[in-house]
Amino acid sequence: MSQVKGKLVQWVDARFPLFDFWRNHMSGYYAPKNFNIWYFFGSLALLVLVNQLLSGIWLAMSYIPSAEHAFDSVEYIMRDVNFGWLIRYLHSTGASAFFIVIYLHMLRSLLYGSHKRPRELVWIFGMLLYVLLMAEAFMGYLLPWGQMSYWAAQVITSLFGAIPYVGDALATWIRGDYTISGVTLGRFYAIHVVLIPILIIGFVLFHLTALHKVGSNNPDGTEIKKHRDENGHPKDGVPFHPYYTVKDLMGAAVFLILFLAIVFFMPEFGGYFLEHANFQPANPLVTPEHIAPVWYMTPYYAILRAVPDKLLGVLSMFFAIFVWFLLPWLDRSKVRSIRYRGIFTKIALTLFVISFVSLGYLGLISPTPMGTFMARVFAIIYFAYFLLMPIYTKYEKTKPVPERVT
Amino acid sequence: MSDQEIDKGRRQFLITLSSIMGTVGLGFAAVPFLSAWAPSAKTQAAGAPVEVDVSKIPVGGMTVVQWRGKPVWIIHRDSDMLKTLTEQNDKLRDPECKVDQQPEYVEIPDRSIKPEFMVLIGICTHLGCSPTFRPKAGSVDPSWLGGFYCPCHGSKFDFSGRVFRGVPAPINLAVPPYRYLSDNIIQIGVNSKKS
Amino acid sequence: MKRMILLLCLVPLIAFAAGDSYKLQKAPINYQDNASLQRGAKYFMNYCAGCHTLKYVRYNRMAKDIGIVGPDGTVDEKLLKDHLIFADDKVADTIRIAIPAYDAELWFGVTPPDLSLIARVRGVDWLYTYLRSYYQDPKRPLGVNNALVPDVAMPNVLEGLQGVQEPVYHTQTVMYEGQAQKTQVIDHLKLVKQGTMTPAQYDAMVGDIVNFLAYVGEPVKRDRQRIGVWVLSFLGLLLIILFLLKREFWRDIHKD
Repeated sequence: MSQVKGKLVQWVDARFPLFDFWRNHMSGYYAPKNFNIWYFFGSLALLVLVNQLLSGIWLAMSYIPSAEHAFDSVEYIMRDVNFGWLIRYLHSTGASAFFIVIYLHMLRSLLYGSHKRPRELVWIFGMLLYVLLMAEAFMGYLLPWGQMSYWAAQVITSLFGAIPYVGDALATWIRGDYTISGVTLGRFYAIHVVLIPILIIGFVLFHLTALHKVGSNNPDGTEIKKHRDENGHPKDGVPFHPYYTVKDLMGAAVFLILFLAIVFFMPEFGGYFLEHANFQPANPLVTPEHIAPVWYMTPYYAILRAVPDKLLGVLSMFFAIFVWFLLPWLDRSKVRSIRYRGIFTKIALTLFVISFVSLGYLGLISPTPMGTFMARVFAIIYFAYFLLMPIYTKYEKTKPVPERVT
Repeated sequence: MSDQEIDKGRRQFLITLSSIMGTVGLGFAAVPFLSAWAPSAKTQAAGAPVEVDVSKIPVGGMTVVQWRGKPVWIIHRDSDMLKTLTEQNDKLRDPECKVDQQPEYVEIPDRSIKPEFMVLIGICTHLGCSPTFRPKAGSVDPSWLGGFYCPCHGSKFDFSGRVFRGVPAPINLAVPPYRYLSDNIIQIGVNSKKS
Repeated sequence: MKRMILLLCLVPLIAFAAGDSYKLQKAPINYQDNASLQRGAKYFMNYCAGCHTLKYVRYNRMAKDIGIVGPDGTVDEKLLKDHLIFADDKVADTIRIAIPAYDAELWFGVTPPDLSLIARVRGVDWLYTYLRSYYQDPKRPLGVNNALVPDVAMPNVLEGLQGVQEPVYHTQTVMYEGQAQKTQVIDHLKLVKQGTMTPAQYDAMVGDIVNFLAYVGEPVKRDRQRIGVWVLSFLGLLLIILFLLKREFWRDIHKD
């Protein structure tokens, strides 16, 4: 038996580096042994991606991308297709789960300095994935052709109208019509189901390739490759397979329990994952009385609303997303992990997380004078976190980093 | 040392158990995706049984209705047509209708519940074309007594949809499930209770 | 284009829906209660289906879900046809018996909306409150108004059952452009002439209708939760085994 297996491995390896690949990236890839709960979210993001791809392909089989039939075809999926409701809820809940996982994955990076040298490209690819994911979610959100779908798309495409001189023409070009219409739906559908998924899969490969080139960071922010045993393996590392495969499988089970609890018991999630107004077909003549993007976009939406000038608001919003890309160069700290950083980073990160969450909340509710004031305060903290980073990370007193992981 | 031996057994047991559970889980997860391919409620509604009033069909004529997207013929056979059914058994491939192409409650050779009304799925058993109704004797070839002729590849069938020898179609035309709701109303798509 | 105009006519209904202060009442719904759902279906077919469609709902699916079944568990088509299907629809059809849109527009100024998803848009409490909040208002073309939806277009179809209500106002002070202004707002409604039902009977009936509409909004809810219990139990078991597996492997690492 094992002889046959050995021959098979040889035969394949001579023609296609399948087992080489397995050795390089799984059984022979050494990851730090001190990963904590924050390190589950990478593999979970992959799991959610698979869920989105599968459920998405199945939805595309019955969905009709036209202004006349889109809403009906979604209800057809929900009621007439066998288990269509489950496939749709997996996809809609998966969209929100994707962002929860990704935000926690990003926060992990802020905590342990995973974006710092030599992992800048890991971070850049990750940020590109984040932006692609937002575009994917935004375009996908138009497809059910409900009231919120329609007006969210209308508002977001109108943002381009803020650009001087060419804005209106650009917005019209993006929509292919003077307002959102079946024409827009058609192109958003194509981009949502073909273009962006391909890009996402591609950048996931880049993200992982870059990561496996430099090796994973860890909660101590040490470089495990510095201390190797007689075989050349990092002393503080363990082979990804089987140690992290079994651990990530366990994490996946926990995630699936939480995820499917929502899918089966509260798929609307109180109107945050599936908004009530979106059960009404799109109506170009009536805006719902309260319109907000889905929760994962609202921090940026709050920043947009906080700025009293249209163009500056749009610019602030795009800058708020762009500034993430600069993180590896804004962070001038000598150490990676929050464990050994000074008090200023700790305070700054705490304030940033509070601001980000609060902006998310403020972006969901109707604007009030108090809300707008708070949004301005939080927006300033948001930008200050990034823009003052070169100062407070450079001059604060850090603790010595241990040679080996703790 | 003995510790490790016990460990190995336990480890193998856990690997096996979680592999089995994982496979079962993936099996369950596949169920919604596979069953989503089965006909939906809308498709089933569209393929619901069809009712036809046969008293409106002229003697010797036929009508076509659609059931589950397929053409279904109802032919009102006169006594001449019925007579031909016993005259050319030697030319037919399966005169006794041994191949299961009809419900068990129809009679042979007329392949119907009431001989004057023949119900057939009008799709050639060769490659799926719909044959044409050629009731006139001699209209297809000199010995033709009437029946169905497939224009695609020349398959021939008698008035009961039984296939002739020497044509591409391998088996007789299919008779769909049907029943009489009253003397004149046929419901196609629901089996008749065997009397 | 015509459809757009029809939709525009719904503006009053939509526009006034949320902003007002009339308090919502809790709907007594229980989606497991087949008897209530069947009564709700009957009331819907008698009082609502004349104008409103349920264009995503199939009769036979509904019958199966709410327990209009024979002893063998299949849909009792005769019962369904006799009691719930008034037009000559087939059992697998969707519920579309309703007046033509053109007539509706002529009579009410709007097309009555399809109600398949109304419970998911409005919520059950809104529907329950809405159906109980009609009152007499001679200023309106149809002589009735609604405390929850001011200037409502829909006539009070259930008036014969409920009777006639009148509003009781209270004075509310609101700040408008820096000035305190007093306005009269409806506090509650008072039954001045009882219909053929007692208030308790009427509330129960409205509760049944809302329960039915909640079912119609998401027919799969019961199945979903039933399957969910099994799925989560299975995953709970899987998690225990995967936890043991992980601990077993990580013993190698924690040893040294």
